[in-house]
Amino acid sequence: MDTVTITLKKVPGLYLECESVTPDKFAGKNAEEIAALPCAEGKRNYVLGDWFEIAGAAGATAADTKIVVNGAGTDKCKYIGAWMTAGEVVVNGTADMFTGAWMEGGKLTVKGDVRSFSALQMKGGEFIIEGRAWNYLAAAYRGDWRGMQGGTIRVKGDVGSDLGTFMNGGTIIVEGNADIHIGTHAEGGTIIIKGKAHRRVGGQMVKGEIYVFGGCDVMMPGFKKIEEREIEVDGEKHVFNVFIGDLGERHPKSKGEVVYGHLYTLKE
Amino acid sequence: MTKCIKNVICTFCGTLCDDLEVDVSDDGKRIEQVRNACAIGAEKYLHVGNPGRVVVPRMRQADGTYKDVSYDEAIDFTAKTLLKAKKPLMYGWSSTNCEAIAEGNILAEKIGGVVDNCATVCHGSSLLAIQDTGVPSCTLGEVKNRADRIIFWGCNPAHAHPRHMSRYSIFPRGFFSAKGQKGRKIICVDCRETDTAKVADHFVRIKQSYDYEVFDALRTLLRGEEIPDEVGGVPREKLQELIDICKGGRFVTLFFGMGLTHTLGRNHNIDAGINFIRDLNDYTKATLIAMRGHYNVTGAGQVLGWQYGYPFACDLSRLTTARHNPGETTSVDLLVRHEVDACMVIASDLAAHFPFEATRRMAHIPTITLDPHICMSTELSDLHIPVAIVGVEVGGCCYRMDNVPIDTRKVIDAPEGVLTDEEVFQRINKRVDEILAEAGCKDAAEYLEYLEKQEA
Repeated sequence: MDTVTITLKKVPGLYLECESVTPDKFAGKNAEEIAALPCAEGKRNYVLGDWFEIAGAAGATAADTKIVVNGAGTDKCKYIGAWMTAGEVVVNGTADMFTGAWMEGGKLTVKGDVRSFSALQMKGGEFIIEGRAWNYLAAAYRGDWRGMQGGTIRVKGDVGSDLGTFMNGGTIIVEGNADIHIGTHAEGGTIIIKGKAHRRVGGQMVKGEIYVFGGCDVMMPGFKKIEEREIEVDGEKHVFNVFIGDLGERHPKSKGEVVYGHLYTLKE
Repeated sequence: MTKCIKNVICTFCGTLCDDLEVDVSDDGKRIEQVRNACAIGAEKYLHVGNPGRVVVPRMRQADGTYKDVSYDEAIDFTAKTLLKAKKPLMYGWSSTNCEAIAEGNILAEKIGGVVDNCATVCHGSSLLAIQDTGVPSCTLGEVKNRADRIIFWGCNPAHAHPRHMSRYSIFPRGFFSAKGQKGRKIICVDCRETDTAKVADHFVRIKQSYDYEVFDALRTLLRGEEIPDEVGGVPREKLQELIDICKGGRFVTLFFGMGLTHTLGRNHNIDAGINFIRDLNDYTKATLIAMRGHYNVTGAGQVLGWQYGYPFACDLSRLTTARHNPGETTSVDLLVRHEVDACMVIASDLAAHFPFEATRRMAHIPTITLDPHICMSTELSDLHIPVAIVGVEVGGCCYRMDNVPIDTRKVIDAPEGVLTDEEVFQRINKRVDEILAEAGCKDAAEYLEYLEKQEA
């Protein structure tokens, strides 16, 4: 795997839209060709070379390409690793909105935080966030009914609100706490919260699974406890209270059985 | 002698009352009296004669004072400021007519700006919920003629839309509602006992920010499932009673306001509300209507919708693509995150309503305000362009809160020389075209590169 290191030369005044910073766009290009890829700050069009020092060359394909993003001001860069299908991206710092959005494959690591709308409608691949994630992580784009569909996200810190809205598949593991609206409108997928969830967990949920280790501050009235069961989650075995819901929402039938969303809270 | 103009459309709130009678002096320059309007609507017409009206544009000087300038100068300054900015914000639009909004949006596309209207701090979250889940709605005429169950949830029309209750929702006698108030059951859901709650037959007081949970509980009950004994401070029996009242009606309408759109969860509250109404349609006819605030905030969304596909927070900075992502392209976020470098406030008062951080940012970047009045925004602007007042001095199309377009009418003449919003935008558009042509640039992005080369 060949590595391209790009380092921000100066902090953008507004925000830089970096859709070009993905292994797919870099693949098969040398430093000069990469420097000529487009980026934009507001309506002003630039090339990556205007903003980044570029060292190294990309591999022949996206899968053979690793990108390392350095420098002060990475938190002013949007769309890093968005739409990537293969390869690897490492951001040594905080990344702004849409990081790893619509991602289909490969591995994306952010050493700092990610801002809102990251991993939006993710389809595949692995996304590791070492800091915290802001709102709308792995949610659906505005007005869309298809949220995250596949892949894995691991957040070491806390997450904001609207985690996994309209989630259809894939797995999100949050090692910290979560704010309100988790898995709203979910129709599949798994959300694991090792810390505490604030409120409105699984509201309007049709299908899917949510595990909350630290409990919810307020339970949704549409959830009903059905049993207690020992389950292995993310390598840990615990006894969970199992709830079904959201009983206020429509639920389809599969093989004559009504399908519900499942919420698991740790048994004290 | 005065002459009486009948059926004047009141351009104050989203109710757009269409039965005002305005007495105008013989020379057509002064309003003497207003009948049928509420206190706020009457003042909207009567205040026009007050002294101190700004009639020429004012430009901020180095010492902080304002100096009168000509419209030509003001238009040239506006065109250059917007062209020079990498990402200008054009916010407001809710208190002007659709013709001006359409012309202004064309300007936004030319200069690569972000267009956002007052929905962003108002019913924008309702629009998000509508995008997510649809909306079973109706017109206010249907409410007047058919509705026998009215729910006010998180809104207070007694103060915000004073004639709403008498014209549409509680008191009027309509075709199928001949008994008026006696034939209607009024339910008010709120976290405090408002004046609207006092005229309601049933007042349900819920704990603040528990709307989503209460809607979920109502939906769960509607599906015959069990809920806890108490949800959001409301006993289960009370919620069941609410359901029974709604199911017993022939036509249910839910009106909702800021109590839903700007408490915890925002769009999710509306989403749950819409789905509750949708579920009710299994038993009876049920609809809901947003209590839109300004008289043409709905129109701002309508026009932006037909021009660019999104009702608010529309980012045109890519010049060829419209993008919409509330949370990113909404005015407050753009200002607080320092994502815009110039600002134009149109027919609205940004500084009076936005969070302090956003207002502070607006004060620090070049700002132009288009407004007939002196307001907080004009006092923080670099340029104030006064305009004629829509519905009083100029007519034009406006949309009522139920998305019905109503053609407003002119009552008196504007002060001499004062342009309308539409005329100002037409002239700015023309000036932008001239500047681009002089520089030999095909669009605003190219013009920025041209400016940088000139400076170098």
